[in-house]
Amino acid sequence: MNATTLPTTSRVRRTRATQEPAWVRWALIGLALAFLTLFLFVPLILVFYEALKKGVDVYFAAIIEPDALSAIRLTLTVAAIAVPLNLVFGVAAAWAIAKFEFRGKNLLITLIDLPFSVSPVVSGLIYVLIFGLQGWLGPWLAEHDIKVIFAVTGIVLATVFVTVPFIARELIPLMQAQGTEEEEAAVALGANGWQTFSRVTLPNIKWGLLYGTILCNARAMGEFGAVSVVSGHIRGSTNTLPLHVEILYNEYNFAAAFAVASLLALLALVTLALKTMVESRITQPKENANEHRSA
Amino acid sequence: MSTFKQHSILPGFNLALGFTLLYLSLIVLIPLSAAFIRTTELTWQEFWFTVTTPRVLASYRLTFGAAFAAALVNAVFGLLVAWVLVRYRFPGKKLIDALVDLPFALPTAVAGIALTALYAGNGWIGQYLEPLGIKVAFTPIGVFVALTFIGLPFVVRTVQPVLEDIESELEEAAAMLGANRLQTFSRIIFPTIFPALMTGFALAFARAIGEYGSVIFIAGNMPMVSEITPLLIITKLEQYDYAGATALAVVMLVISFILLLVINLLQWWGRRRSALA
Repeated sequence: MNATTLPTTSRVRRTRATQEPAWVRWALIGLALAFLTLFLFVPLILVFYEALKKGVDVYFAAIIEPDALSAIRLTLTVAAIAVPLNLVFGVAAAWAIAKFEFRGKNLLITLIDLPFSVSPVVSGLIYVLIFGLQGWLGPWLAEHDIKVIFAVTGIVLATVFVTVPFIARELIPLMQAQGTEEEEAAVALGANGWQTFSRVTLPNIKWGLLYGTILCNARAMGEFGAVSVVSGHIRGSTNTLPLHVEILYNEYNFAAAFAVASLLALLALVTLALKTMVESRITQPKENANEHRSA
Repeated sequence: MSTFKQHSILPGFNLALGFTLLYLSLIVLIPLSAAFIRTTELTWQEFWFTVTTPRVLASYRLTFGAAFAAALVNAVFGLLVAWVLVRYRFPGKKLIDALVDLPFALPTAVAGIALTALYAGNGWIGQYLEPLGIKVAFTPIGVFVALTFIGLPFVVRTVQPVLEDIESELEEAAAMLGANRLQTFSRIIFPTIFPALMTGFALAFARAIGEYGSVIFIAGNMPMVSEITPLLIITKLEQYDYAGATALAVVMLVISFILLLVINLLQWWGRRRSALA
């Protein structure tokens, strides 16, 4: 430990016993960067290169075209419904799981994580099995002229399904680490449930909540497989941004496909930037958590 | 209530748990059970025949083979990236650390068309591989490339925190006792991070099996050759073969649940290891 604080001007060459030789270090760094460049950075750069290859005019024409605009509108609408729903769910689930002790808690946590392990295609299919024409509710819905599959409702449902775990799984460990003492003090001093939550719990979890919301939103706007099954790909009506990319690409309209794709890539970059900013704000009071457990 | 829940003076338990269970049932549990209940419309022979036709078997081989190879590559390079990010200092490290999560944030369709354009015969990388006789786009290798991309963050993000928590005293002791760096790594560090590495591998594998968006563009989707199982489900749906699609979905769901169980066991193993250490 002391070795690191020695003046670096000392003429004696030191090799630290717990550090690899410099050439090994640089070889490993080089190899890791080569892998990341090949698999991450080059594909990312290519999206913007292909989008702008035919000029800025073509780029903006592809984005302000009516079908693209309606896809942007639909994607924003779907996220604006799905994310708040999962936000309320995430807070409720985390409150029950983190602030109380009850049986079957671990099973409940596993169930919340379940959508992460289901293939997106299967996530879409299960809604077709319920709401589709041959589905359980299909005949009744057809009778009452309600469309779920091949309509916005189906897209929202599939998106909610694939994004269920994001906010809950962010809040549960955070709120478990924070314990219940502050809330108990608030209740003992006469605060009601809502006051306890909004004045004590919410300020403690706001960064974790924001973090989960950012990730949830990115997935909600970018989901492809599940939405693809329930959407029906009707241009200008049930076409989200990722589906619009697919349609343009399959029509060999590569410049437009990459132009729309670049919007989604920008969304991903903004997501990563916000995520990194918020990450540094989330401080988990680990020592407190240990005190609670031993108490 | 006395045995189900411990007493607490905090309010809102019934409301919060009730809402959680209602929401989970409506959004997740009832729809998922629909897949299992609908397959009972088939007899066991019909079900077995549907999920073992030669075309379906070929899709399993490709899906699991490519997912396994991709997860293996990610285990090796994910460990390397995690090691470099935790242990070494180099310019641009923070930026690279943040960008590792790109495959989580980038919509799969965007990844799919970007990788296809990159590895096509006239693409930035494809043009150098084509003369060597290596075709990536529209072949099973393309599936492997896409699955490697989407699984990349898992191993890095599971190994990184464990690597950060390793006490330097252990390594110093090993060095004092005469171990060289390679011995210290293989006997001290590697056993410590192994549960996390396996968890990351399993997570990447599980994600790769179900992946659809990034694969369909680059795969070429030829039956028997480069057709993944999730795509077969879509194909059956488009032919209005609901029973066939559901049967395949149930096979995939069962495999996902088994993997979820394995991942939970691995995480439990990792926690027990770190608790003992």
